[in-house]
Amino acid sequence: MSWEVVIGLEIHAQLATRSKLFSGAAVTFGAIPNTHATLVDLGMPGALPVLNESALKMAVQFGVAIDAEIKQHSVFTRKNYFYPDLPKGYQTSQMDEPIVGQGYVDIQLDHSRCKRIGVTRAHLEEDAGKSLHENFTGMTGIDLNRSSTPLLEIVSEPDMRSAAEAVAYMRKIHSIVTTLGICDGNMAEGSMRCDANVSIRPVGAVKLGTRTELKNINSFRFVERAIMLEAERQINLLEAGGVVVQETRLYDSEHNTTRSMRSKEEANDYRYFPCPDLLPVHIDDDYIANIRAQLPELPDQRCQRFIDVYGLSEYDASVLSANRSMADYFEVVQRCCNDPKASANWIMGELTKYLNEHHIDIADAPISAPQLGQLLKRIADNTIHGNAAKILFEALWHSDDDVDKIIVNKGLKQLSDVGAIETMVDEVISTHVDQVQQYILAPAPRRDRMLGFFVGRVMQASKGAANPSQVNKLLLQKLNRLN
Amino acid sequence: MTLVDTDIKKIAHLARLQISQNELIDYVNSLGSILALVDHMQQVNTDDVEPLANPLDQHQRLRVDQVTTVNQHDEFMALAPVSDAGLYLVPKVIE
Repeated sequence: MSWEVVIGLEIHAQLATRSKLFSGAAVTFGAIPNTHATLVDLGMPGALPVLNESALKMAVQFGVAIDAEIKQHSVFTRKNYFYPDLPKGYQTSQMDEPIVGQGYVDIQLDHSRCKRIGVTRAHLEEDAGKSLHENFTGMTGIDLNRSSTPLLEIVSEPDMRSAAEAVAYMRKIHSIVTTLGICDGNMAEGSMRCDANVSIRPVGAVKLGTRTELKNINSFRFVERAIMLEAERQINLLEAGGVVVQETRLYDSEHNTTRSMRSKEEANDYRYFPCPDLLPVHIDDDYIANIRAQLPELPDQRCQRFIDVYGLSEYDASVLSANRSMADYFEVVQRCCNDPKASANWIMGELTKYLNEHHIDIADAPISAPQLGQLLKRIADNTIHGNAAKILFEALWHSDDDVDKIIVNKGLKQLSDVGAIETMVDEVISTHVDQVQQYILAPAPRRDRMLGFFVGRVMQASKGAANPSQVNKLLLQKLNRLN
Repeated sequence: MTLVDTDIKKIAHLARLQISQNELIDYVNSLGSILALVDHMQQVNTDDVEPLANPLDQHQRLRVDQVTTVNQHDEFMALAPVSDAGLYLVPKVIE
């Protein structure tokens, strides 16, 4: 039987506020434990929460960006459960009346296909603290610095049909929140993480299968792997006559498996009720209109501009605009050299190759955008040619030197003096009599390949500085004249 | 709606309350009578009444996004029964 995978994602984006959702403590990462936790974050009786206006604004910005309904009236609720890193005994969240209602994002599947993924809702909630289970015999250490950090939980419709679609959706959300500047998108530090709801059903079936929830996945690669593994596990289970149990599972990236988190099963009775410590949140039309008017250019709009203004292909434009840092980098490079296509090729080719090899994000690229732009400018004005450009690129990767200085120091300047090249061509022809004889006797189709030998010798003689196309031209002229 | 023993046990467990067999019977009756009151109230026609999230007819006030607190780590730590390395220690819990 063929199966179809059905996936919905819940993405938690940590909002880039200075202070916490409900207290005036700083939001930090990696600070000394419990130094950024107030009485509110500690859940002390009598300490009252007050909502952070920036967190509210960021949630509305996201809602407007995905064309969602913004609720003028929203309510905070208590989600009750016991865990030591949640000292209040409940998480302040939103349930029936979230701030952001139904919206959508479009994802690019391959060179030509696009798909719309529904976003059911997005709501504000607070993060919990951290439990540290190591190093304390029989005890667990609690750090409440993360307590009350603002999160936007973005819930999708079960619209995705493969792990690849889920990754594309997550990347899109990532690119929207980083473009808006409402989340730093740093997945390694947990600023964005996701839970995936996965089920399978026979192809063509309408009814959804029983789903499992994969918890706390914190990289694009793990989302893909975890979903593929879980779908495979469910298929094997059903094909062997078993049934899928609705449960929460944990993805173990070290062993590349998913396993059941049994302890949470019975606790799934959160007894939500409106939080009496917080009044309903009200925003008016002007507030929303104001945010809409100040929205920055979003990834989809930027992609379209790259196509319209720079004449990039849809694919190049979508790759470059998917990541805000990459899109910014591209624009600077292209402004320097005024050659969008070459800029796109070098960024998506050579630069991406180097960045991947060294596991570096483009925002931290050792070659700055103006440097790469200058390099491309020197190709365009015939100062250097392709080979020398690659040597120059390599040199720039390792040093902060000026592009033109490296060209001079490394002798990369292209030799365009026809007289000088001609002398070298003559020299090569006269010292390789046998090869010249063979060339003359060879049939035309074989000559092309043999020409490479002479080009190589001339390039060697010029120490790589000669313009290869000029060498080619001169060699052809001279060798053909010998016929 | 009426409550039975198992409902009370479940609610007590979710709230992490330990109750004796005697108390159990008390709760079945006392909580049951609260539900009976709710049943009675539900006879009121509420067709034109908006659901209420809070009895105060006001909206939430917002706080400017500024760090306003100082580090009170030591004072708070001193309140904890057990602590080590700047962390609050609790009996071991692990998933």
